[in-house]
Amino acid sequence: MAELNSTFTTTTKDRRTKQDFLASRTFFVLTVFPVLLIVIITVALFLRAQPILSEYPLTDLLLGEIWKPNQGLFGFRPFILGTIWVTTVGVILSVPASILTSIYLAEYAHARTRAIAKPILDLLAAIPPVVYGVWGLLAVVPFVDDVLAPLAEGRLDSISIFSVTQPTGFGILAGGIVLAVMIAPLIISVTFEVLSTVPNDLRHASLGVGATQWQTIRTVVLPQTLPGIIAAVVLGASRALGETIAVLMVVGNVPKVPTSIFDTAYPLPALIANNYGEMMSIPLYDAALLGAALVLLVVILIFNILSTLVLQRMLRRK
Amino acid sequence: MKKKHFEQRHLVELFIKTIMRIALIIVASSLGLILWTIISRGLPSLTWDMVTQIPKGGYYMGKEGGILNAIIGSIYLASGGTLIAIILSLPIALYLQAYAQDSKWGDYVRLSLDVLWGIPSIVYGAFGFALMIMLGLRASLIAGIIALALVELPIMTRAMDEVIRRMPKDLEHAALALGSTKFEVALRVVTRQMLPGIITGILLAFGRGIGDAASVLFTAGYTDRIPTSLMNPTASLPLAVFFQLGSPYPEVRERGYAAALILTIIVLFVSFASRWLASRLSKYSVK
Amino acid sequence: MDAHIQVKNLNAYYGKQLALKDINIEIPKNQITVIMGPSGCGKTTLLKTFNRFFELTENTQLTGEVLVDGENIYNKDIDVTEVRKIVGLLAQRPSPLPMSIYDNVAYGMHIHHMRKNREDYKDGVKHYLEIAGLWEEVQNRLNEPATSLSIGQQQRLCLARGLAVEPEIILGDEPTSALDPISSQHIESRLLDLKKQYTTIIVTHTLRQAKRLADYVIFMYLGELIEAGPAKEIFSNPKHERTKQYLEGLF
Repeated sequence: MAELNSTFTTTTKDRRTKQDFLASRTFFVLTVFPVLLIVIITVALFLRAQPILSEYPLTDLLLGEIWKPNQGLFGFRPFILGTIWVTTVGVILSVPASILTSIYLAEYAHARTRAIAKPILDLLAAIPPVVYGVWGLLAVVPFVDDVLAPLAEGRLDSISIFSVTQPTGFGILAGGIVLAVMIAPLIISVTFEVLSTVPNDLRHASLGVGATQWQTIRTVVLPQTLPGIIAAVVLGASRALGETIAVLMVVGNVPKVPTSIFDTAYPLPALIANNYGEMMSIPLYDAALLGAALVLLVVILIFNILSTLVLQRMLRRK
Repeated sequence: MKKKHFEQRHLVELFIKTIMRIALIIVASSLGLILWTIISRGLPSLTWDMVTQIPKGGYYMGKEGGILNAIIGSIYLASGGTLIAIILSLPIALYLQAYAQDSKWGDYVRLSLDVLWGIPSIVYGAFGFALMIMLGLRASLIAGIIALALVELPIMTRAMDEVIRRMPKDLEHAALALGSTKFEVALRVVTRQMLPGIITGILLAFGRGIGDAASVLFTAGYTDRIPTSLMNPTASLPLAVFFQLGSPYPEVRERGYAAALILTIIVLFVSFASRWLASRLSKYSVK
Repeated sequence: MDAHIQVKNLNAYYGKQLALKDINIEIPKNQITVIMGPSGCGKTTLLKTFNRFFELTENTQLTGEVLVDGENIYNKDIDVTEVRKIVGLLAQRPSPLPMSIYDNVAYGMHIHHMRKNREDYKDGVKHYLEIAGLWEEVQNRLNEPATSLSIGQQQRLCLARGLAVEPEIILGDEPTSALDPISSQHIESRLLDLKKQYTTIIVTHTLRQAKRLADYVIFMYLGELIEAGPAKEIFSNPKHERTKQYLEGLF
């Protein structure tokens, strides 16, 4: 009986160990998928963009000013610069408020304030891009047109990047404001995580000799977390680079190199989204648009990989 | 020991604290501004017809009809995308927890998931489009579902991973000590314990999926009919908003605002539901 | 007795839980006072109320008074940073700031603008490192990160950092519990040297350390102050049953 019993248990045990082994193998294979997917996306876009890349030198494409697909002219320069302008304005507007907010939440706020702030940030992050676009159209564009442009006019005319160049309100500033709000929750939550990696012992060591809270933050917390905060900003920037619908709805979409924040712009994602309909009807057009997606992807990959590596190291130390 | 109110560092402290509070108020009130804009402009044209009817003849010139096609389409797209994403992310999240908590491989997987998370949905759309050309597919429900599944996968997996990571470790060890294999631990204990995390991840990804426009733009197409097959093109709410806003007819644009309100309500509902469910479910698990 | 700190009707709460129950005590000047008791008795909590660190924990509440030199440090118009300058703290685990050895000691002096020029700061750093008994070991590596020091050295560095802002009172929250015996002895002998100039209050759960250091003893149990008095009396002739049991090692 005893023998029977032990045989019984070993077989179950074998079965279970086998099950464990099988499961771990299957699960492991699945984890290869995300790693592989990045490669597949890059390769697929590269293959589809190949025709135009073999036709024109890369520098002509990236630096060319003229976009006339009908005549075989594919200059990305206005779109690349448009992307950079909108993203830069968005990041500049978002970063101070976002970082100050997360420092406040991490260092000063009561648990009660944090409990109110968290769902608000979650909701801000949950609102779909197209809704941000509607808000931009209904509120931000008129605000730029009625308030900000008149404010700049006559006062900031001498500075070329603030000169009011067209009368609609659509443009880089409107796009930047919408982007600033869209990327704020991301920058805030990542910065918050980074700040909470600083052990309280360090804060207490500084407070213990009579430092004020801000002195403690400035001399102890921020120097320690600076790489992580920069990574948070870079993540926000790469989110802004790729934002499509919301920006497209307020930025004006004129393929011209911008020179002022009141100019219209035509960022890369908007270019792709606006023209997918015709892309099969003109030779090389689809290759050009998928090439645009590739450019976007490569830049964003670089940004993302660098910032994620920094964050992975910082957050693990916790 | 009296407070020296005018000492520089105390003034600085006060100043910094004040501008931080202002920053928080600006960020928080932007949510209010957005919601106010969407509600005040969307509510007037929100009618029962909007949510119960598909576009009729002349709808896009301001005549009768609704956007039921887009609502149903979005639900199909997001549900399908979420389902596929679950099939992939649940095992990945469990693997990361059970076998690769602090391993190099786990780090690579997490890194690539975070990087995937950062890839904009327009790129997923373009990728889906490239695939469709290669495979000779047309814009369809299934193509949209696949594109959305890719958008949702990293969001869902990382959300699950993060919540599961915060699970108390002693429970897991107790189960291991009782002689369970790691797989059994993963399945029984982790799944049950982590139900809140899994639900949060799923709903978060669903919410993202239903609101995403750029990925379905190329892949799902748009149609006035409710799809009856996976190969049909499918309308979606974000695109319904987007297209109607581009209309020259004010009535149609007004309906675009109403559609934006419907989308916002759905997304907020999903967000609240995940919060509520997560807090409810976590009552039943060991804290 | 010349009291440096007076505690009056002090109650402390974590959330709704009462952690200190109606504490009344006077702590003598320029002596070493040891607070002892089993873990969870509130001794660290009591210590933290002396430099207003208690309020750093969220959801806490305090009633009553703590007077330093006759002034209630919980008064509205009191500058909390000034309190913490006068009442220094040596934490349980050494917590060097993420900067050089030199900067660690100079940190507090800079914050309070206590010196006029570079040379003065240098002299100050040297002076306090000497007092902490660390100068010999680190004089040639002042610009190295403080984390490169051994744990025992780090704790002496923290002592130097605390002394550099010229406090009158030193709090020690089990300051040797993370250290090896030799480093512990270093710290203890420093504290004994310093007691003529500073009022020192040490929390400890090792009875032997209490006996080595204490001039005055406070015994706490479950948030209440059971007994307090000169070390000789308490150790040789405790009045309270609980104290007796504790000294006999019954819990």
